Amino acid sequence: MSPASDVWVIAEHAGGRPRKITYELLGLATTLAGPMKVHAVVAGGGVAAMAGDLGAHGARVVHVAESPLLEPYTTDAHAQVVGALLAEAAPGLVLVGSTAAGRDLAPRLAARLDAGIITDCASVAIEEERVVATRPAMTRKAIARTAFGEGIRIAVVLPNIYPPAAAASDGSVEVRTVPVNLDPGSIRTRIVEVSAIKRETVPLTEADIIVSGGRGLRAPENFALLDTLAGVLGAAVGSSRPPVDSGWVPHDYEIGQTGKTVNPQLYIACGISGAPQHLAGMSGSRCIVAINKDPQAPIFGIATYGVVGDIFEILPLLTDEVRKLKGAGPEGGGPAGGA
Amino acid sequence: MNIVVCVKHVPDTEVPIRIRADGRGIEESGLNFVLNFYDEHGVEEALRIKERLGGTVTLVTAGPARAVEALRTGLAMGADAAIHIQDPALASLDQIGTARVLAAAIKAGPCDLVLCGKLSTDDNAAVVGPAVAEFLGLAQATAVTKLELGDGKATAHREVEGAVEVLEVGLPAVITVERGINEPRYPSLPGIMRAKRTAITARTLADLGIAAPPPAHVELLGMTPPPKRQAGRRLEGEPAAVVHELVRALHEEAKLL
Amino acid sequence: MEFTLSEEHRLVQSTVREWATTRLLPRAAEMDRRGAYPGELVRELGEMGLMGVFIPEEYGGGGMDTLSYCIVLEEIARAEAALAAVLSVNNSLDCFPIFAFGTDAQKRTHLTELARGRKLGCYCLTEPTAGSDAASLRTTARRDGGHWVLNGTKIFVTNGVEADVLIIYARTGGEGPRGISAFIAERGDPGLGVGKIEHKLGIHASSTCEIVLQDCRLPADRLLGEEGNGFSVAMATLDGGRIGIAAQALGIARAALEDAVAYAKERRQFGRAIAEFQATQWKIADMATRIQAGRLLMYRAAWIRDQGRRHTLEASIAKLFASETAMWAATQAVQIFGGYGYIQDYPVERHFRDAKITEIYEGTSEVQRLVIARSVLGALDRAVEPVRAEGASVARAAGPEGRRRSRADGAGGQA
Repeated sequence: MSPASDVWVIAEHAGGRPRKITYELLGLATTLAGPMKVHAVVAGGGVAAMAGDLGAHGARVVHVAESPLLEPYTTDAHAQVVGALLAEAAPGLVLVGSTAAGRDLAPRLAARLDAGIITDCASVAIEEERVVATRPAMTRKAIARTAFGEGIRIAVVLPNIYPPAAAASDGSVEVRTVPVNLDPGSIRTRIVEVSAIKRETVPLTEADIIVSGGRGLRAPENFALLDTLAGVLGAAVGSSRPPVDSGWVPHDYEIGQTGKTVNPQLYIACGISGAPQHLAGMSGSRCIVAINKDPQAPIFGIATYGVVGDIFEILPLLTDEVRKLKGAGPEGGGPAGGA
Repeated sequence: MNIVVCVKHVPDTEVPIRIRADGRGIEESGLNFVLNFYDEHGVEEALRIKERLGGTVTLVTAGPARAVEALRTGLAMGADAAIHIQDPALASLDQIGTARVLAAAIKAGPCDLVLCGKLSTDDNAAVVGPAVAEFLGLAQATAVTKLELGDGKATAHREVEGAVEVLEVGLPAVITVERGINEPRYPSLPGIMRAKRTAITARTLADLGIAAPPPAHVELLGMTPPPKRQAGRRLEGEPAAVVHELVRALHEEAKLL
Repeated sequence: MEFTLSEEHRLVQSTVREWATTRLLPRAAEMDRRGAYPGELVRELGEMGLMGVFIPEEYGGGGMDTLSYCIVLEEIARAEAALAAVLSVNNSLDCFPIFAFGTDAQKRTHLTELARGRKLGCYCLTEPTAGSDAASLRTTARRDGGHWVLNGTKIFVTNGVEADVLIIYARTGGEGPRGISAFIAERGDPGLGVGKIEHKLGIHASSTCEIVLQDCRLPADRLLGEEGNGFSVAMATLDGGRIGIAAQALGIARAALEDAVAYAKERRQFGRAIAEFQATQWKIADMATRIQAGRLLMYRAAWIRDQGRRHTLEASIAKLFASETAMWAATQAVQIFGGYGYIQDYPVERHFRDAKITEIYEGTSEVQRLVIARSVLGALDRAVEPVRAEGASVARAAGPEGRRRSRADGAGGQA
């Protein structure tokens, strides 16, 4: 990429606020843009109010596409509006978050704009005037370095890798209104319902702490032990593949080759042996705690802290100990088997 | 209901891979290739729809000679027909180019629904499905965990961050499927024998009216094994003491609590 | 000479391997511990056509060949050996004789349900005093109007507890092999009962029991093949069965090898993975060598059978070598695991226990050696005929043409 190129960020938002990934992308864009400008595109209903916030986090120009037809997200509406905007501006680099919506939209835009696209980017950098991204490939058994050619480049960046941009009070944000001329008939999908998955306090992919269970939990009801610990830690609960295959937990719990990739600060693996299939999805975690009764379990080979012991004994103790640390003290009626 | 399922022949995810000396790919010799398992879910979903509503299931793949095995697996599961796009130029395509080629093959026949796996387990890109939708000018729903068809439209459930989104889409459309949408059947022995007898339609880029292969916009510079993590500290001893030490370490050393 | 599997054989292999890895392997330890018959898995196998691999599709089978059958059994046994025994009895010892020797009506009534896995078969040959010397069996069948009345006790009957269809050998004439006839009985036939249930060393998830016949009345149309031809039915059946046991044995041997390899790479002693020690490497190398040799013998026996040619000798050689390889490889695996190999938390003691039966049932190793030696040495003893019975060909569904055998070709052991 010639250094003289602006960097664009597709700003994803939820509940009237930019999502965490948007701040992460703004931080990355600011680094990559150097002296050039960071643009943010925010499309939806009632999104104009976010422009200032995006500006405070690094966007110099915010393109606001405001329409009830853009809310909630649909492929057709966003591909038309964002696609037209990008086609006209032809930016050298567009950053999109690797989220449900980002992964839905970005390839569609790439096909429409005849752009280059690299998904699941774990890093994006400019090397010798080329934009180079690294990404996991071969079900995360390899890291691929991939370079964009010329033209519009779309990098779909994994969440939880880059630190969110800090708020700076530069304030010099330029807001541009994007004309929206959508024909409602051109939107071929209709969102009928969005129902929150109740168990999830934080989405797994965005969580800072994950408590995860494996075959060692032995039965579905034992996931309650993880829920209790996760509640105390403010963590999300995940699993390796065997509990999913056995029907103990729904498939959206799964972390690994065939499930989600997570990069939390702290990953607590309970009764997980550490098959390559699972390691592929979580070995990017900053700190890994493994609790397993089998001292030979491969999970210990990558664990920052390895606890050899019975999870049914350790987990209640751990829950109590964390409660103590957080100052709440053990509650009456908490899990049995405490110290 | 004429259903087309896009499939890919990929290295078995259960076996280790070796990266080529030049880093520009993996050693294919000695590697076991299988039908991409997300595509297996696509084939299964197509077969279930066909069993309910009638119609045909056609598989399409763009890949080298060995990719015929992915088609045979899908046929053995119960698909009716298969198209194998084989051309030396395929090797130079990026995912957008591959989608263009697949779309050209799909356009050539009747089609009410296109199913793709959410992603292929080699490139892990999740690009081809939505790009095929764009080139066909069809609506899309990606990473679908539940699909119901009726009345010329589909109702699709997809998992978004922390929620399940239910959307309606008119047919024809492109749907990419997530693991969990169904439990794919195993091919039966009679199915394998039928698959052996089914003629596979061969197509080149020229057959599809593509004179020159679309140029790639991205280039693989190299592949490396993921960085190895080192084992840290082993905490052993009396459970209460171990847990106390763990929490202390997480709090004071790692500063995570 | 071509040493690669065809595309459809590879597809059979990958399909069954995936099924066995996902559905069977995770339950193997528990199946062994609880000794519970895996009915649900048998139904799944039936849906895939695996309970009647070489039975034509029109009779509910898989419509494939003996080579496919070997591939299937090896993959199943690699995950769990008892289910391989269940499958092998149903395929080789029930589906096959009904297909090869049964009337059209018998095939329609009994074969289709067996091949689809909706009914389960067992094979009743061995008796307390007639093991390897099967031709000396004492169970009797006498005519009574339009019925046969059977009396006697059969032992070591695999699948006997769950079986719906039973192939029973009984004496309808004088002493010796030519006085024996084969019958098809069904669960619920009057006078047919399950006797003592055995507790075995291995293959716990398959049942083994006595079948007791007390004035068991069977309609005349339950005679399988011609009267007095039962021993030929039994022997032709066992030729194919032995190839299946070779496949089961190789599956167990492979399990031993693969588990040992994984462990040897993981287990560290003296600062190194034990796989780095030559003492381990030589064991692994010998295991791999014997398994490959066994597989080639088995594939060749299957190939000869699929050509419709006589394969008694090749089946015996394959069975002998494969079963002794299984026992030997399992012993090596236990040794590589050391103390962990001797406890039930690890799978190799199960392979060790499961392997042993392959040296015993469908003809002990001693019986196989007898068959092989007779064939190699030719007719030393004029009083005993050399082995020359042709195995019934799957391809042309050999009828019960008069084959005569020496008694010592024996069926042997548990079937």
